[in-house]
Amino acid sequence: MATATFRIWRGDASGGDFKTYTTEVESGMVVLDVVHRIQATQANDLAVRWNCKAGKCGSCSAEINGRPRLMCMTRLNELDLSQPVTVEPMHTFPRMKDLVTDVSWNYKVKTKIKKFAPRKPDAPDGTWRMAQADVDRVQEFRKCIECYLCQDVCHVLREHHMHDQFIGPRFLVYTAAMEMNPLDTADRIGDLRDSCGIGYCNITKCCTKVCPEEIKITDNAIIPLKERVVDEFYDPLQRIFKIFR
Amino acid sequence: MAEYQKFEYDVLIVGAGGAGLRAAVEASAAGVKTAVLSKSLLGKAHTVMAEGGMAAAMGNVDDRDNWRVHFADTMRGGQYLNNWKMAELHAKEAPARVREMEAWGAVFDRTKDGRILQRNFGGHRYPRLAHVGDRTGLELIRTLQDHGIHQGIDFHMETTIVTLLKDGDRCVGVLAYDRERGRFKLFHAKAVVLATGGIGRAYQITSNSWEYTGDGHSLAYHAGAALLDMEFVQFHPTGMVWPPSVRGILVTEGVRGEGGVLRNSEGKRFMFDDIPENYKPQTADNEEEGWRYTQGDKNARRPPELLTRDHVARCIRREVKEGRGSPHGGVFLDIAWIKERLPNSVEHIKKKLPSMYHQFKQLADIDITQVPMEIGPTTHYMMGGVQVDAESQMSTIAGLFAAGESAAGLHGANRLGGNSLSDLLVFGKRAGEFAAKFAREHGAGQVNNEQVEEAARWALAPFDRGPAGENPYTVQHDLQAMMQDLVGIVRQEEEMERAIEGIQALKARAAKAGIAGNREYNNGWHTALDLNNLLTVSEAIAMAALIRKESRGAHFRDDYPEKSKYWSERNLRITKGADGHPRVEEVPVKEMPEELKQVIEEQSK
Repeated sequence: MATATFRIWRGDASGGDFKTYTTEVESGMVVLDVVHRIQATQANDLAVRWNCKAGKCGSCSAEINGRPRLMCMTRLNELDLSQPVTVEPMHTFPRMKDLVTDVSWNYKVKTKIKKFAPRKPDAPDGTWRMAQADVDRVQEFRKCIECYLCQDVCHVLREHHMHDQFIGPRFLVYTAAMEMNPLDTADRIGDLRDSCGIGYCNITKCCTKVCPEEIKITDNAIIPLKERVVDEFYDPLQRIFKIFR
Repeated sequence: MAEYQKFEYDVLIVGAGGAGLRAAVEASAAGVKTAVLSKSLLGKAHTVMAEGGMAAAMGNVDDRDNWRVHFADTMRGGQYLNNWKMAELHAKEAPARVREMEAWGAVFDRTKDGRILQRNFGGHRYPRLAHVGDRTGLELIRTLQDHGIHQGIDFHMETTIVTLLKDGDRCVGVLAYDRERGRFKLFHAKAVVLATGGIGRAYQITSNSWEYTGDGHSLAYHAGAALLDMEFVQFHPTGMVWPPSVRGILVTEGVRGEGGVLRNSEGKRFMFDDIPENYKPQTADNEEEGWRYTQGDKNARRPPELLTRDHVARCIRREVKEGRGSPHGGVFLDIAWIKERLPNSVEHIKKKLPSMYHQFKQLADIDITQVPMEIGPTTHYMMGGVQVDAESQMSTIAGLFAAGESAAGLHGANRLGGNSLSDLLVFGKRAGEFAAKFAREHGAGQVNNEQVEEAARWALAPFDRGPAGENPYTVQHDLQAMMQDLVGIVRQEEEMERAIEGIQALKARAAKAGIAGNREYNNGWHTALDLNNLLTVSEAIAMAALIRKESRGAHFRDDYPEKSKYWSERNLRITKGADGHPRVEEVPVKEMPEELKQVIEEQSK
């Protein structure tokens, strides 16, 4: 059986440092398995969030060798085990303890976005009719597992800390899922420009790169929303038209 | 005296999975002050792992479907130990609950004429599962979450319950701690709803997340409520078996619903060899007919791979035991073979089973559109739970309700796939509705400070013992290994007796569990406290399983391999005796009213 060395960030809001652990590893293991093994044998109080262990709940987000990833979906054979593997908490959110960060900001942001508001049902029994082709693109956005890795990597949040002016890629995807839902009647375009700060995104596509669900966040969600904002507020012909309306 | 943050609510819901969130939405809509406590962050509960869909007889794909067929299917699957009233309510109310989800933003897959698409699943006569690819649970939880956050519900995330608080015979709140800081929180509530899910972490190989430590079952039991049907633990036939670190992770039944077949190492479809008598009329006897069924041919009968989960799991175990297993101790589940039938099979599989494709590709380096998967049984679902009133979901303790997996009754001896998500919605709603009603009709009750103090002292004891105490992870691991070994898919008297003895020894060790560090986000401490719940439910499972001397549904006894008439008329009920030990009693199954008997009769043809 091989051994591997892991450098795991230990500490809390007041500070901390990497601690080195050496443990046995087997083929097929993922980083979360190693963290669990260290927790069970060497560091009982090591703090880590996890749930499904299958890439479906988005709890075990961390930065592995500097890259935002899900620990449960990062296999050891993708990593160079001749070097120590570093595991640290996401940078964009306040540190709480060890690998656990305070992600409560995300929950607050979501409540500010206008909720889904369906049109009247299409049939007398209270149901709607929608073609699969019309819901395909919405279903892509609804794959999101809210791991917040896109928020973590987004430089507007990570480097510039504009949490009070920009909702981040996750919530642009969330908004897109409602805006493009054929049943929805609410209008969020003004909010996208103002309170959501969509203009801060300069489409570097980092969010798309780290998305474990492979949602094309920038191309399919953010850019079409930006286009809607432009059509609504910045189209010169529309502006003239509106003056005379 | 310990310090507490204090909160007051009308309805307090423990658990933020499908049942808990649905209950919260209902209670808050009824205008009472509602809060949800959850061990994890909001939206992470185990419901996200549900893949296949939610069963509701809407008849969108096959208009022969209706509540009567769904009711009969559920009762047959549960081997008639189900609470028939719950099965009836469930079958009648599930369609409305699914449609409501669409009104709240769920985006289901569609039929050609634009309605909610329904798929085939084991034990369901017609295509009945409303679904979103193979991530239906995520859709359900996200829809309820996004709807619920606008309803004025208070969410206390990452909060674990230490004990239920009682005022005489009534439940009046809970003592909890927040996992982040380790502070105690005292919740005073007029009604409490348990929606804590299952018990899978009592076993080594399980599809369940760490949260599934039987908290609701155990808390209710220690508070004096009755548990029912604890011997019935469902082993899902298809969990991943390789690599070792992912062993147990679920492979959806949807794979078989879409045409996937089970083969042994000789390449044989062994499920055709063993079709139970009562399922023969509705099961295909050749591969051709089975394939036609999966492709929507209404005249075809379903392939034997879609027999009930208990049966399929045992057939797989038999193949492995008799030396016809796959290299890593499972059998083969093959969906790639459909390329012989469908020209665009690769795209089709990726579209219908996207997360399965993703899961195998990333975790096992296997492309399921090209090669078979290796799978084996995994501990998946607890049929047993808190005994509740069918209509209101109230337990035997006033003011204490339970819904979803933590409640017993709907599924009897074995749950059909797809009946869990619909269970969460139907009975989550009912629990929320009746808890709100109870809260309006009753005063707040008194919290007993002594009880609070005692529970707080107990919770902090692992710190007093410190790192010199037993390692809680080791105790948990030893329990899981023992339950897997001695109270697993196939059971026998002598093994279960050993398990019960073993549990006593583990209880003694758990009482000595100690941990290092402080109260802030200390997973070691959390594990030490969870042990009490795991041991309580494990003992209940083993004791009930020992007493039921027959094989029925998910409960299979090597020493009593047949069904018995005697046991067909009895449920087992467990309460905490005056001596502090579990007391198991036989309770007669209530007789079904004539009209429901007729439904069963007409559907058995």
